[in-house]
Amino acid sequence: MWTWFFQLASPKWVYQFADKLLPWFRWITLVLFLIGLTLGLLFSPQDYQQGNTVRIMYIHVPAAFLAMFVYVVMAISGGIGFIWRIKMAHIVSVSCAPVGAIFTLLALATGSLWGQPTWGTYWVWDARLTSFLILLFLYLGFMALHNAFDDRKTADRAAAILALVGIVNIPIIHFSVYWWNSLHQGATISKFEKPSMDPDMLKALLTMIVAFQMYFLTVLLQRIKAEILQREKLSGWVKKKVTNSTAN
Amino acid sequence: MYFNSIGEFIEMGGHGFYIWLSYAIVLGLMAFYYIFSKRLAKKQEQTLLKFYRRMNSRTETSNNVQTSLGEEK
Repeated sequence: MWTWFFQLASPKWVYQFADKLLPWFRWITLVLFLIGLTLGLLFSPQDYQQGNTVRIMYIHVPAAFLAMFVYVVMAISGGIGFIWRIKMAHIVSVSCAPVGAIFTLLALATGSLWGQPTWGTYWVWDARLTSFLILLFLYLGFMALHNAFDDRKTADRAAAILALVGIVNIPIIHFSVYWWNSLHQGATISKFEKPSMDPDMLKALLTMIVAFQMYFLTVLLQRIKAEILQREKLSGWVKKKVTNSTAN
Repeated sequence: MYFNSIGEFIEMGGHGFYIWLSYAIVLGLMAFYYIFSKRLAKKQEQTLLKFYRRMNSRTETSNNVQTSLGEEK
């Protein structure tokens, strides 16, 4: 059992594993999106107050959830790389950043397009929205900091520290709607209580959340593959693979 | 199904603009990024191929220089 665990630290093993998993992940993502979009756009009811704008929720909530989830993955793997100096952990951390930034941007964009018809404004400087904007800046800061160093090891370590410090923003985002007066509503799905939502809406929303998760894993593995090639360019297996694949 | 006609579906009770724009932005950007990240590894392979060629030619020229120096002696 432990060999499997240790293999996760080997770039070569991870590269081959990603190659095997990716075709499956791509298909699962596509199918889940098709199901989720059909459920959300056609087979879920209108909200009694929001009308059809509630359908924006099926893409807004998964994007926002993933934006925070990806940040936690990025910070934890950065931390693991920082403490135990594991190359693979830094590769994961660095590959997470652009994907997380995209989810954050999408959550902000869809939220603002929902806000205009529902609240009457695209943007308010309230706690939830502002802390989410800070999340976007944290992602951008992470990427900028990582690019600012010529030495990759220093870049990895500096960026990991930034990610770890920035993780304090995640609980702030989550609890902002309870701590401050906010226009944004609280959580509707909770682990401990029955969700206060129509079952058809819940089905669509959960499918979309899983679809976004699978999309994240697919894109992350694709990025990881490129990152491994770049970092391992001096090792024999990469050289062999590159020269062989282009010769064919 | 909660819509009676295609027109109703597109109009979305008057909020079609916001809803369809949201879906277009999300699906568009995600599709773009999917393709972009899928090509990353291939691009990296091409860069590495050039890098290996340069390394090989460099070692070859340095070998030549050494042999020519050796001949002069």
